[in-house]
Formats: sequence, structure tokens, C-alpha cells
Amino acid sequence: MNPLAGCLLVSALLFSVGLAGALTRRSAILVLAGIELMLNAANLNFIGFWRFGPHPEALTGLMFVIFAIAVAAAEAAVGLALILAIYRHADTSDVSDIQEMKG
Amino acid sequence: MKRFGAATKSRLKLARMRTTLPFLILAILTLAGGVAAMTLRRLVHCALALALSFAGLAALYLNLGAEFAGLAQLLVYVGAIAILIVFAILLTRGDEDQARHPFSPAGWAGVALALAVFGVLGWAVETSAVAHSGATGPAPTATMRSIGFALMQRYVLPLEVIALMLTAAMIGAALLAMREKPESARSRAQ
Repeated sequence: MNPLAGCLLVSALLFSVGLAGALTRRSAILVLAGIELMLNAANLNFIGFWRFGPHPEALTGLMFVIFAIAVAAAEAAVGLALILAIYRHADTSDVSDIQEMKG
Repeated sequence: MKRFGAATKSRLKLARMRTTLPFLILAILTLAGGVAAMTLRRLVHCALALALSFAGLAALYLNLGAEFAGLAQLLVYVGAIAILIVFAILLTRGDEDQARHPFSPAGWAGVALALAVFGVLGWAVETSAVAHSGATGPAPTATMRSIGFALMQRYVLPLEVIALMLTAAMIGAALLAMREKPESARSRAQ
């Protein structure tokens, strides 16, 4: 199989695993973990296109991955802080128990 | 085609196998870690499987020739985000009910949706011309030096924006996670 197609297929599988986890798990932390997996799948796509694309010397895909990692780090920090705040407020981190936004 | 001897052909095949076999092993490791992270019952086990998946992805980046991205992935994801998730799990101490029923009642719809998404993505990859026309030459070189120059010249504005965003996220996370003062203490302070 062509290496780029293999890369894209692995990435599609990882994205689907992350999506399934984010949609089915009850723990808010694991929903966040599923979202992280989806982000990582997108990063793998960028690296694959950079590696096997026509102009790797422009470093476009690599730069996108570096910035995406920084954004994902910020997202994880804020997301986990939100989960902690909700846990302290509602005494649960179960997404099916949290049904109202009113404080 | 006939000019290629059988020996050359087998050597070519061996060389291709040498590049795809590590990729396959790392891909299986990454996917197994991801599946384990999304299906295990205990949250701490999930976090450790997630760290394994992130490490496998970092190794995949290294395998594809993106050294800087692989090392950044290792530092940020395995070093920081996985540990952060473990801390969050320990701080929120999941209740027994959640360990007994880790999936939401309508979970099958989510799995079906994910399978449908994978079907569409796989179909798109299989039928697209771009995915099958990739260059198969040696890995392009991206030295730290060239990445540094790119960050300081062409991508300097995104770099500054990212710096600002990380500062804002840090302040926001600290504010959100700060303990709420009880109402009586707040009114007494006023």
C-alpha cells in the first residue's frame, strides 16, 4: 500500500476511536481524552501530507502540527480546569448527570 | 521492467518492508492504546493507555522524519497532558456507579456514528488520487535550524499569537480551578 494512504487510514481509525470514546463514555475526563485523540489524528494527517507531499521544504505541515500541539495543550488545561470546577460545584464528573448550566 | 534483476527487485521489496514494518508496528501500538483508553473501566488504566497511544504517535512522527514534532509530542502529550489527566482523575475520584456503567445508555448510537465516519473517511482515502500519488523518496530534512528560522521569519506572527493564547489559557485555567469562596466568607470580607 502507498505509505501516504496507510498514514491516512491509521489517522482515520484513530479519529473514529476518539469519536466513539467521546460520544459513549460517561466520564467527562475521558470525553476530553477522546477529543485529544481526534486532534492527534489530525496532526498525523498533517505530518503524513508534509512527509509525502510535493513541497516538504516549505515546512507547512510541520508548522501546523507544532501550533496545533500548543493549542491542544491550552485546550487540555482549560478543559480539565472546567471539569474540576464542575466537579466541585455538582459533585460529579459524569456527563449524563450534568444537565443544566444554571449555577 | 525486465532490466531489473530478481535480486534488485527483492532488495527493493526488502527496503520497502524495512520502512513499512516499523510503521505498522507503531500504528498498531497507537491504535491499541487508543482503543484501550476508550474502553477500559478504570479511569487510571484509561489514562495510562492514553499515554501509550501518545507515545506511539510520537514514535510515528519520528518514523516519518518529523523529529521536532515527535519530540514536542513526547514532551507535551506524554509529559504534560497525560500527567494532567491523571491528576484530574485523582482529584475528581470517580464514583462506583461510573466504574460499573462506564458507557452512556445511548452509547451504541455513538459507536455507529463513529463507524459511519470511519467508513466515509476510508472510502475517501481509497478513492482519492492524492492519497495514492504521494512521493516515496527519502524523508525530507527538517533540521531544528530551519524550523527555528521558519518560526522567526515566516511564522513569527502565529508564534506571538500562540504565546498570547497560552498566557490567557494559563490564567483562565488557574482562575477556573481556584476554589470558590463560600458565600458567608465573601460577605464577611466585604
